[in-house]
Amino acid sequence: MKDIFKLGDHEFTSRFILGSGKYSLDLIKAAVENAGAQIITLALRRAAAGNVANILDYIPKGVTLLPNTSGARNAEEAVRIAHLAREVGCGDFIKIECIRDSKYLLPDNYETAKAAEILAKEGYVVMPYMYPDLNAARDMMNAGAACIMPLGAPIGTNKGLCTKEFIQILIDEIPLPVIVDAGIGRPSQACEAMEMGAAAVMANTAIATAGDVPAMAEAFKKAIEAGRTAYLSKPGRVLEKGASASSPLTGFLEDRGEA
Amino acid sequence: MKYLPDMEVINSDMLERVVSEMEGYDYSEFTAEDVKAALRADVLSPRGFQALLSPAAEPFIEELAQRAQAETRKHFGNSVMMFTPVYIANYCENYCIYCGFNCHNKIRRAKLNEEEIEREFIEIAKTGLQEVLILTGESRKMSDVKYIGEACRIARKYFNVIGVEVYPMNSDEYRYLHECGADYVTVFQETYNSDKYETLHLEGHKRIFPYRFYAQERAVMGGMRGVGFAALLGLDDFRKDAFATGYHAYLLQQKYPHAEIAVSCPRLRPIINNESINPKDVHEKQLLQVICAYRLFLPFASITISTRECERFRDNIIKIAATKISGGVSVGIGGHGENGEEKGDEQFDISDGRSVQEVYEAIERAGMQPVMSDYIYV
Repeated sequence: MKDIFKLGDHEFTSRFILGSGKYSLDLIKAAVENAGAQIITLALRRAAAGNVANILDYIPKGVTLLPNTSGARNAEEAVRIAHLAREVGCGDFIKIECIRDSKYLLPDNYETAKAAEILAKEGYVVMPYMYPDLNAARDMMNAGAACIMPLGAPIGTNKGLCTKEFIQILIDEIPLPVIVDAGIGRPSQACEAMEMGAAAVMANTAIATAGDVPAMAEAFKKAIEAGRTAYLSKPGRVLEKGASASSPLTGFLEDRGEA
Repeated sequence: MKYLPDMEVINSDMLERVVSEMEGYDYSEFTAEDVKAALRADVLSPRGFQALLSPAAEPFIEELAQRAQAETRKHFGNSVMMFTPVYIANYCENYCIYCGFNCHNKIRRAKLNEEEIEREFIEIAKTGLQEVLILTGESRKMSDVKYIGEACRIARKYFNVIGVEVYPMNSDEYRYLHECGADYVTVFQETYNSDKYETLHLEGHKRIFPYRFYAQERAVMGGMRGVGFAALLGLDDFRKDAFATGYHAYLLQQKYPHAEIAVSCPRLRPIINNESINPKDVHEKQLLQVICAYRLFLPFASITISTRECERFRDNIIKIAATKISGGVSVGIGGHGENGEEKGDEQFDISDGRSVQEVYEAIERAGMQPVMSDYIYV
């Protein structure tokens, strides 16, 4: 059976979402091809008005464009940028980024949820980038988000799954695809996220700043596929702490006959 | 120094905090061990920033550059933003003894009218640039807020990103410029040593040191998205001034977390035959040290490299720490016209006269990605 990744009404077979910022256009094409990615993000602020077509030239046919609202500091600005994305022909997908911290670029969950609600009602496929907080994730879901995109670590840091425990909670509790975004620095970390049950992984800096961009894109592809296969094949039970052969606490249940 | 009657006073203690930290900074007390500890730190503290600016860090310049490069990559990838300054007037009421625009310097003064400004922008837009920095001399009388606002409105027709580098204003005036389309404000404090400042700025509004200091804060209060800081390194003790610049930006970002921070790194060049004499001279090595220290202390900040520096330095610093570079620069008034004839004289001599295309190609040759705009006006 084919392993399909669904976002709204759209179906994908690749679980790798590629960022397009931070590197040159001609490398993007090679990265998309080697990554086998079917979704690529695009910062509207980078693709200044009239420039979108130019960037599209570098993106292979059949790849879904995921515009983001970077540059928005609150819900109102995010909604305005989303409208602009639709106007310039970027389709109905929108990755919401509401950031009012220029130092760590941490998303503002409160504003993001507000924007998610407005944009979902307007028919967008809403993909909110967020700090992995369970209550906020429920708000995003109730607002009509198509998935949630919790960060693994502060963006650009390549530190991996610093928020692992909290992402696991979201995977366990939120019946939407959980896409780990930001902070993933190595293929092994992407693999780990997929083993945990993430629906997909998004990466940008890790690939953009690699010595060999296409090769790193391919390494991520393989790691994500390996992690997904491992998740689907239900990993064997691995005891984290030393197990004891005897049953020191429950052994008394076997002692009934002696009474 | 007392504020003049029309100058807005805001409630802030940032000036006292910056000056007291700067005055307490004794860079001679830092050792190689302090520098190594700072280089190992994941997040650089103000104290670590002081260590990296000290003479003890000079032998570690290669390590410093490598750390700075890694940090720049994390935050900016391979992107290098491009822009050009546009001088629309050079009338000035200030007497700053080091500046070519000062009111006693006998130069050709000029001010472009709206038509001429538009013509300049049309010429610049042909180069593919999407970002301009509008500059005037500091004369409220000759270049009033409305005049600057009009220039911003015209610029909006041709460019995506508009910054201003003009005299400090009140927050409501910044708000007006923001409504006209500007979103970034740069003000150079020149030096953070107020005693030295007084001896360099002999006449004009600029003499009011605290009013200038609080310009960035008023700009953010007025709705500007980003603010730029700089000391003119070499006017006074460059290590202390560099510390104060970075610390000023750091405190502002803490108070206004959404504000985008930018730092420029202009320097007075040492006099050629005087190199060994003045320990406060800023040679290329010290400039590199300062820029790398800025990067590590403010990893998220945009760092601009001026055409005061030569092609070799600029092409290399964008690989290490600078993230913004100008091209096709004219520092005279009206230098972008068809035949490039200027109506008014230049502020200073530039060392890198390359065109936008030449700088663009140099960025690509460095393995980096030239970016014309990474901004959206909302």
